Amino acid sequence: MGMRFKSGVLDRRQFLHAAATGAVALGATLWGNRLLPGHALAFAEGVEDPLLSGRPLVRYPGKTDLILLTSRPPQLETPIKYFETAITPNEAFYVRYHIPPPTSVDLSTWRLKVTGQLDRPLELSMEDLQSKFPRTTVVAVNQCSGNGRGYFSPRVFGGQWANGAMGNAEWTGVRLRDLLSAAGVKQGAVEVTFNGLDQPVMRTTPDFVKSLTVSRIMQDPNVLIAYQMNGQPLPLLNGFPARLIVPGWYATYWVKNLSEITVLDKPFDGFWMTKAYLIPDNSCACVEPGTAAPHMVPINRMDVRSLIISPGAGERLPSGQTAAIKGITFDGGSGIRQVEVSVDKGATWHSAKLGKDLGNYSFREWSFDWKTPQKGSYTLMSRATNRMGETQRTDPRWNPAGYMRNVIEHVEVTVA
Amino acid sequence: MPMSKQQTKVLFTVVIFSVAIIAIAQQTSIRLPPDNAMAQLKSGTGEETARRDCGFCHSTDYIVIQPHLTAKQWDAEVQKMITVYGAVITPSDAKIISDYLAANYSNGSAPATKTETGDTSGSGKR
Repeated sequence: MGMRFKSGVLDRRQFLHAAATGAVALGATLWGNRLLPGHALAFAEGVEDPLLSGRPLVRYPGKTDLILLTSRPPQLETPIKYFETAITPNEAFYVRYHIPPPTSVDLSTWRLKVTGQLDRPLELSMEDLQSKFPRTTVVAVNQCSGNGRGYFSPRVFGGQWANGAMGNAEWTGVRLRDLLSAAGVKQGAVEVTFNGLDQPVMRTTPDFVKSLTVSRIMQDPNVLIAYQMNGQPLPLLNGFPARLIVPGWYATYWVKNLSEITVLDKPFDGFWMTKAYLIPDNSCACVEPGTAAPHMVPINRMDVRSLIISPGAGERLPSGQTAAIKGITFDGGSGIRQVEVSVDKGATWHSAKLGKDLGNYSFREWSFDWKTPQKGSYTLMSRATNRMGETQRTDPRWNPAGYMRNVIEHVEVTVA
Repeated sequence: MPMSKQQTKVLFTVVIFSVAIIAIAQQTSIRLPPDNAMAQLKSGTGEETARRDCGFCHSTDYIVIQPHLTAKQWDAEVQKMITVYGAVITPSDAKIISDYLAANYSNGSAPATKTETGDTSGSGKR
């Protein structure tokens, strides 16, 4: 962005200078008074949803029209219509950065550095990644920890996402454990950190670095360094040239624009693992609103969810017809056992038909044929249960950061 | 058949263009759009300070999209930006910004909670 200086990071002197010249305020004002070039301002569909009404649709590089949550660093939400099918197109895949993304990547100089507690540290070009390690593929959901945060009650600060901070893609790349094995993990190594090319504006801001344990990586053949998303190079704003794929776990671990992997002989104590992205250390990852949990742990496996995608909220359906109620479901990797649908506010439930199985980490489509009854208002609900018997919550969980929403969602429709 | 001057020119252009494509094939660059024009801060005392100090690291939609919580929660949020995210804001400016946010983006009737997201535990999600 305009205020990134050459080094990419400002020190205090540069900051004060920039502030003194008014460059910051000027930049904000000039941008603030301009519409995005080349795009008529349109608004998000789903005006039935107060959370989305009034939010502009914007087109960022490599992306189609997405719902703008914040512009800098960018947070762009996927319109729910893209979840009518199990695979989310790359251009429609949501975007979320904590700190400014890189705006240029040169593959002739880009290297993935694998360093730390290793016998043979590596510096890999894209060609090395693609030619020296077995290629593998997984279809997996990437969901922001705060997906649905905007629906928390009482409300909490943070990105006020509706349910579009997620997507499902076929990720192709190399197994992280193959990479680490080639480099020779030393005895005593316990954790691995991941850093990308995104950099904070201020040097004093913690860089976005995440970690996984060595055992987690070595036991899971699906943890990948992906260089393709749905058969194409990743959009830069989704992690080009490579990103970490941690199927089943929330997207905070899926570090984008990956550049450094470091093996440590002690647990990583960085901000983004020890202070941020923490959940209450109890069975529901929840607390009574307004209270704090005595112990917090890093967020990890995704909770089971299902969403009704069609009909949409407020839709009118003709009486005496067959209406297909359709949606998607997913969990943290055990796979979905069943989805049930209620058309009477949860009084009775009916089994939905599950669609094609693209693997345990993928969205799975489901559908239920509803013989529309007499005219009136109806509340549609869907409830998924995974293969471990876990099901969606009837009452929404609450935690201070607004993570892990998985309550049974409601869609109000009218039969006319 | 000898090429016409026009054909030569077209061929030349194609060659130059192809070379340019090859040269940039290794490089992916993007230009990010300007800040959201719909996210103007409300006018009021402290607006300029908030725009300058908050806007240095993030667009103002990070402010205007937030639910209207309490003045105390907004103050905690400002303190978090300084102590946790390293924002360079003087104590007097921090007070100006907190007061501005409380005056324009809080809900005095909202119940105060003990777990303001300004508490760093589990709140670094921004």
